[in-house]
Order: sequence, then structure tokens, then C-alpha cells
Amino acid sequence: MTGTLADFMQQTGYTATIGIECHVQLKTATKLFSGANNDAREAPPNTLVNHIDFGLPGALPVLNKEAIHLASKAGFALGSGPQKFSKFDRKHYFYPDLPFGYQITQFDEPIILGGSVRIELEDGSQKTIGITRAHLEADAGKSTHPAGADYSLVDLNRAGTPLLEIVSEPDMHTAQEARAYAHELYLRMKYADVSDANLYYGNMRFDVNVSVSKTDQMGTRTETKNLNSFKAVEKVVEYEIKRQIEVLEDGGTIVQETRGWDDTKFVTFSQRTKEDAHDYRYFPDPDLPPVTLTDEYIEQVRAEMPTMPSEWRERLSGLGLSQRQIETLLDAEVEFEGVSFLPLIEANLSDTDLARFIANWNVNVFTPFVREGVMKLGKADHLRAEVETYNLLKANKLSSTNAKQLFADLIASDHLPEDIEKFAEDKGYIQQSDEGAILAIVDQVLADNPKAAEDVKNGEMKAIGFLTGQVMKASQGKANPGLAQQLIKKQLGL
Amino acid sequence: MAGAVAVKDRQWLPIAEIATQVNAGGLKAVDLVEQSLRTIADKAEYQAIIATLDDAARARAVAIDAQVAAGKSAGRLAGVPFIAKDNYLVFGADTTAASNILRGFQAPYQSTVINRLEAEGAICVAKANLDAFAHGGSTENSDFFTTKNPHDLTRVPGGSSGGSAAAVILDMAPFALGTDTGGSIRQPASFVGAVGFKPTYGTTSRSGVVAMASSTDVMGPLTRSVDDAALVYDVFAGPDLLDSTTIERDSAGYTDLAARDLHGVKIGVIKEYFEASLDAGVRSVIENGIAKLKAAGAEIIDVSLPSLPLALAVYYIVVPAEISSNLSRYDGQRYGYSNPDAKNLEDSYSGARGRGFGKEAKRRIMIGTYVLSSGYYDAYYKKAQTVRTKLVNEFAEAFTQVDFLVGPTAPTTAFKIGENTADPLQMYLADVMTVGPSLAGLTAIVVPTGLSDGLPVGMQLMAAQRADRALLELAKCAEELFV
Repeated sequence: MTGTLADFMQQTGYTATIGIECHVQLKTATKLFSGANNDAREAPPNTLVNHIDFGLPGALPVLNKEAIHLASKAGFALGSGPQKFSKFDRKHYFYPDLPFGYQITQFDEPIILGGSVRIELEDGSQKTIGITRAHLEADAGKSTHPAGADYSLVDLNRAGTPLLEIVSEPDMHTAQEARAYAHELYLRMKYADVSDANLYYGNMRFDVNVSVSKTDQMGTRTETKNLNSFKAVEKVVEYEIKRQIEVLEDGGTIVQETRGWDDTKFVTFSQRTKEDAHDYRYFPDPDLPPVTLTDEYIEQVRAEMPTMPSEWRERLSGLGLSQRQIETLLDAEVEFEGVSFLPLIEANLSDTDLARFIANWNVNVFTPFVREGVMKLGKADHLRAEVETYNLLKANKLSSTNAKQLFADLIASDHLPEDIEKFAEDKGYIQQSDEGAILAIVDQVLADNPKAAEDVKNGEMKAIGFLTGQVMKASQGKANPGLAQQLIKKQLGL
Repeated sequence: MAGAVAVKDRQWLPIAEIATQVNAGGLKAVDLVEQSLRTIADKAEYQAIIATLDDAARARAVAIDAQVAAGKSAGRLAGVPFIAKDNYLVFGADTTAASNILRGFQAPYQSTVINRLEAEGAICVAKANLDAFAHGGSTENSDFFTTKNPHDLTRVPGGSSGGSAAAVILDMAPFALGTDTGGSIRQPASFVGAVGFKPTYGTTSRSGVVAMASSTDVMGPLTRSVDDAALVYDVFAGPDLLDSTTIERDSAGYTDLAARDLHGVKIGVIKEYFEASLDAGVRSVIENGIAKLKAAGAEIIDVSLPSLPLALAVYYIVVPAEISSNLSRYDGQRYGYSNPDAKNLEDSYSGARGRGFGKEAKRRIMIGTYVLSSGYYDAYYKKAQTVRTKLVNEFAEAFTQVDFLVGPTAPTTAFKIGENTADPLQMYLADVMTVGPSLAGLTAIVVPTGLSDGLPVGMQLMAAQRADRALLELAKCAEELFV
């Protein structure tokens, strides 16, 4: 293959079809069917396990109401809502990390049916991806197989964690779309506040189905399981499209199979074929009554839904920001614990300049700071630091350079100073806006640099930057550079 | 009859009386526990008991006597010894469900029923034998040994709660706990001459009881009298946060049963129960009992439930389906029997389950797996559930016409040990009269009604879901009439 994947597909005449199943761990305090703590991130193995998670004789599952609540919110986040009636079924298979010998899941009456998600592509275009369904199920434990050992280890901390499995329609056709969809699900689950959605901890995992075809009829698909990054989703789709086309072009056939992804070699590999497929013997779980939600409950959940990313995009669309800036804002909002600036922007939407300033500020200044890990302030303090810094900047008391410096100092401080202006003054960041004082410096600079002054007079405006710089230097950075430039022009009679 | 025990001679006072005297200091819990343990030892030849809780029971008795001595009430069952079927998780002895795969298993938590009984001062003294995992009607499927009928050592006590039923008639304790999935309390009650109560599905917590079939499993007492059964049930009935299928109690409770005047009470006699191959002696005892109810003023009405003959077929699809699933957790990976020779995971599973489960458990796992398999689900499981719904509706319809339904409990009296073991289907037929009410979740109770060739026969009385209190009142009335 030479050139891009798109070129290769065009040359060979194939189109690809992609569907994604996404497992989202819901952030309930306790597990889906037991009272054991659900936060397995840093707990020692098998410490968050009770008689239900361990599958003891006589142990019965008891549904966690909060899981239904979060799944209902997720339903609205996916453009539909919860079903009034849903039920749980047992899916049978034997594995040491599955204590009951069956997984409790929802087979034919899931809590979410239908929905759609609009995704933003990098070229600025948008596309709507259909949601087939999303169902609640209990996660299995975690098995590890130490290399060379004649045993395996099972950690049941994760056993029983509530998962929402979101199944998309096969509406995607490129790796970029797949990635954008995965990312959009991430944002929505975060904004709906139903999951920690931490990919590192496996809070979201993606199974990617890919097929290629030269005709209208879909080809045989492969499913690559357990991807835990957007990049892996993108790479797997690229790899599978290319691999499948090559197999077909070489006269081979695609086998319906489950594949894994090697994150170091960047290849997919066969795990098991359809012939090994289990007969899961689904049947309704007789230990759990069906879930019936009232209209009142559903409306109550709808009313508490926070603003979703798609709505934020609309609200921010009038600010003249680039799509990339908007996406950076949406990402940053959920990327950092205890940070929230979208409401601040929103509160100032009537003042477009201010709103745009805050947006830019966050994209260009704040986000990089926080990524470097210097953010120490809580949400409320962060907002105050931002607003007061902006006010000082707007009042011409800060140069933009000093504003950044001030803000950097503030967010890295353990305690936000009561009087931020005084703090800035003590630090020497407050700029000189006293016309008389600056004029004296301007006159001195013009006297010291007659050549440059002459150049400016002759229309070489480049030189005015030099002169302004000299004024700034002479004022030890405290002069308001805008004012300084005005005064230079005025003194030169321009 | 070797070792025969007269049904009516009871060694224990009524349970309420025992508790009253213990609370008053007239009886000592320690003496009651010793009496219980001594009787168990004396009657070991019946093999009703898998294990005794000597230390734990004695310690609890001492504590209860101390509580009374300190002037506090020790509860409504103060000092009353009882025996739990060995599928109840109880501290102080292994919980085996009479299976090899759970041999040596010590429960790290207790069943809700046990906790509630203990909270009112009852003392578990022993674990009773059963058909392994409650699969059977004779205790012959116990992986350990077969319990003998108190009236005839050559006969079965019925099952699966055969150990509990025998223990009560052998006076090992004032009451015993059974579980009833398709007749496992009622049929042995009929076979030994005990009162056996299968309450409405959902009124008793299944938490901490080794599951057989989740959709019909019910906990209930085996006793010498209806009042005893009502008191014990009253203590443990009611919703439990650990079992989502539990429902509210009757606000009137289940004790202080009114003496019912049967005038105006409509009792339906289920026609289909008398068409099956019903033993002539059993038929005669039941008909005689019905005549007594009529003589006492009840209006006797013939009732037909056309789907009832299908109940056994439905039961032996739905229940094995649930069994095959519920037994999945016994895999030798975390507790219970584990294959010591396993070379790999497959080996570990097949070894643990292959050696740990007895024949009947394996038979039911295979039937259940088959009927849930892709391609067979619709033909078996789904169709069975459809017929089950029809049966539920027929019972509901019947209860618009009558207050209660009655019939025999089993087609025969207690059969000989070994008589039915060669043919599993013959054994399943012993359940033909009890599975219908189980599938419909009804409340049903068996009251000793008479003897046929010297062997007890109990009538099965049934009422609509949640009509437990009314049923207990009828049973109390019947108990007096049948004496």
C-alpha cells in the first residue's frame, strides 16, 4: 500500500463499515448488585468483595437504585432516555473471574433503546451516529496470568461494578469517525456525570466492529475488543480496514472473529473465531424483579440533566472561536478535577468580548498550566482568580504578559490571596497607566533614539515596536504598552 | 413396625408455651438444648441429622438463660431449640446441602430466616438431611445417607425436607425448617404426619439459603401443630433487603388465629387431583377429611383446573433451567470441593463438578442446560412459561369462586426405600400434586388427616397468594376436625 488509507480504499474500491460497543463503568458508590464499595482503582486485590460478589451459596443480587438513576441520565445523554420497563437476564459461561457462573445483564429489554449522538470531525463537518441500545450489566472480576507461572490470579474487586454497554449503529465509515464517536461518548458520559470515564483505569472500554465491502452488502466483520484509548480505536479501525482489504484482494476471506489489539506492535491478532462462540443460554434472572420506571421519575431525571457538550457547542458558537478551541474547552472542562470554566463563559455570553477572552484565556493559558500540573486551587478560587485577573487586565492595570504571570502565580499558590490587586502590586505586575509618568519616559526614549523616531515619522511602523519596547524596558515592564504607543505617536505628531 | 412412633404423642410443649416458661424462668434453655441433643443421639438410627451444633447451641442457651436471669425477655421463641434443613446457611456447623461439593463448607454469613429466629431467642441445634440441593422427594438423593421414616424404618420420610420432617416427628426439636420448591415441605409432612407450611412465594427471604429454583423456592416450618407453624412463620416472614423478590407481611400478622366458623366458607376440591393415579387408601383419607370439613359447615365445590395436569411437565422444565443456572457457582474455584488433580482450568471445572455433584444434580443440570440452549429455548423454556402463566390464571380464576382449594398432597403414602430410585420419572411423579401451587406462588399447608395402612396422610390446603393468614386459620380448624 502506498499513500494514505483513503487513497488505498479508493484505488481498491472498498468502503468500510464500523460499529462500536462501549462499556462504561458507572460511578455508583456501591456495586450493581451488592453493597460492596465500587471504587476499585487503588484497592488491594479482593478487598472490595462481599458474599454476593464472591458468589457464596444463598447470595442474591439486589439492584442498586443509583445505577438505574445514572443509566437513566446516560439515556438522556445519548439522545433518548430510559425505558419505562426493562429487565435483567443471566448470561452463562464459566470463568474464574465470574463467581456466579453467569453474568447478570439485559438481553432483550435493555434500559436504553435508541438514541443518537452527533460527532464533530476535524474538518469541521458533523455527522450523526445512531445508538441501537444500551444495557446495564455487572462487570466480571480481573484475571491475570503471570508469565511463566502455573497459576492465574483473580481479583474480584471489579466483579459487580455496574457497566453500561452502549451499542452504536454501524454508521461509521472511517477511523476518524470512529475516534470522534468514542471521544464524543467520553464527553457525554463525563458531562452527564455518570462515570469517572477514566480510560487509564478502564472506566471506558471499546469493542470495535469493522467490515469492508465493495458492494452495498456489508462484509464479514471482525470485533476487536477491550480498547482503552481513542487512539487505539482509530488505529484498530485503520489496521483492520487495511488488513481486511489486503486479505480480500489476495483472494482470501474474512473470518468472523474476536481480535485483540497489541498496543506495542500496533497490530490486531485473532483471539477466537465464531466456531468457539458460547451458547450463553440467556434467560430472565428470577432473582430480580423487572425494573419499572414511572413517568414522574423519568421526568425528574430529565430535569436534572446538566448541559451536554452539543448544547455547549451551540452556546459557544457565537463567540467566533475555532472548532478546535471549542473542543479544547469542552475537553478541559472534564479533564481536570475541580475545574469549571464553561459556566463562567456562559454567565458572560452577553458580553461577547469578555466571553471570548475567557475562552481564549482558558485555551491558551489556563489549560497548558493545568496540564503541567501547577493547578492547586479549588473550583471557586479558580473562578475568582480568573475573573479578578481579567478585571485587572480590562482596567489596563496588567499587561497581558503580566496577567499570565499573575495567573500562573495565583493558581500555583496554596491559598488564594484575599486582595489580588495588592498581591499583583507587591509582585510588581501592575502596569503604569499614569499618562504623565509614561510621557516622561517616552520623551527620554525618543531623545535617546532619534534614528528610530525618524523612521517612524517616515512611515516605517516597525520601528514603533522597538520604541515601545524601549519604553517598557525603561519602566521595568510596568508601563501600559498600548498607552505608551499612543504617546509615542502623539509626540511624533502622527 | 420397627421403631414406630405414635404421631400424636408429642414430647414438647407448644412453642409459645415453651418461650413463655423460658422467659418466666420456669424452663431453662440449657435443659431444652440438652433434651434436643439427647433425643437426636437416641434416635440416630433414623439418620435425620447431618450435624449437631453442640457448642454453639449450648453457648446460646447459656446466654439466653442469663438474659432471662437479668430480667430481660429473651424473645418470642426464647430457648426454643430447632433444626434447620442443611441448605440454610448457619454458623456453628457446616452447610452442605447434603452434597459432596459443599462438604466442609462453613458459612461466613447466616440466612435471614436464621437471623430472625435467633433474634427472638430460638436456638439452632442441628442440621437436617435432605436430597442433595433439595433435588428429590425421599432424601435418597442425599450424597451422605437416606433418612428413615419415623413410622417405618424401611420407608422414606419424603423429601427433600425429609430430615426436618422426620426430626419433628421424632421430637428432636419443637420445630424444624424446610424449604419447598415443588413440594419439599408438604410431601414429607404428609409422609410423616407433620404440619408442613409452604407460605406464599416472596413472604420469606431466600437470602442465605442454598438456591434450588429461585422462582419457586420458599422457606417454611415443619411442626406438630398449626399454631406452632404460624408462630414460627410470623417470626421470620416479611420483606428483606437482601432478597428483592420479598413482599410485605400481612398487616394482621400470622398469630392469634381466629377459630374459624366454616359456615359460608367455600372450599374447592380439585377434580384433577382425584383423576391421577391416586392410591385408594390416600383417596379415602382425603375424602373422609373433606366430609369432615363439609360436616362442619363448609360448602364443598368441585373445581377443575384444566392446565393442572401439565404442571409437572412445566415444573420439570422451568425448575431444572433455574437449577442449571443456580448451580453454576459451584465450580471448585473459590470454596467447596476442588479437584486436587486438575492439570488445567478445564480439568479443574470438570473435576470439581463431575465428582462433586451427585447423579440427580447432574441430571437436572443437563435437562436445564438443554431447555435453555439456543434452538430449544422457545420449544421448552418459553413454552413452559406460557403454560405456567395459564396455570396461574386458572388458579386465580378458581379463587374468584372459592376461598380455598383442597386435595391430597401426594399420590401415595411413604414408599419403600429404593422403591422409586431406579426410575427418576416415577420419583418425579410423587411431586404431581404439589408443583402446581409452587408454580403459581400460592400459599399451601399440609395438615395430618388420617392413616392409611398405619401410615400418615396429610391433606393439602391451598389459598391465593398472600392469603396465608386465612389459610392458617382454615388449617387450624381442619387440624381440630381431623384429630
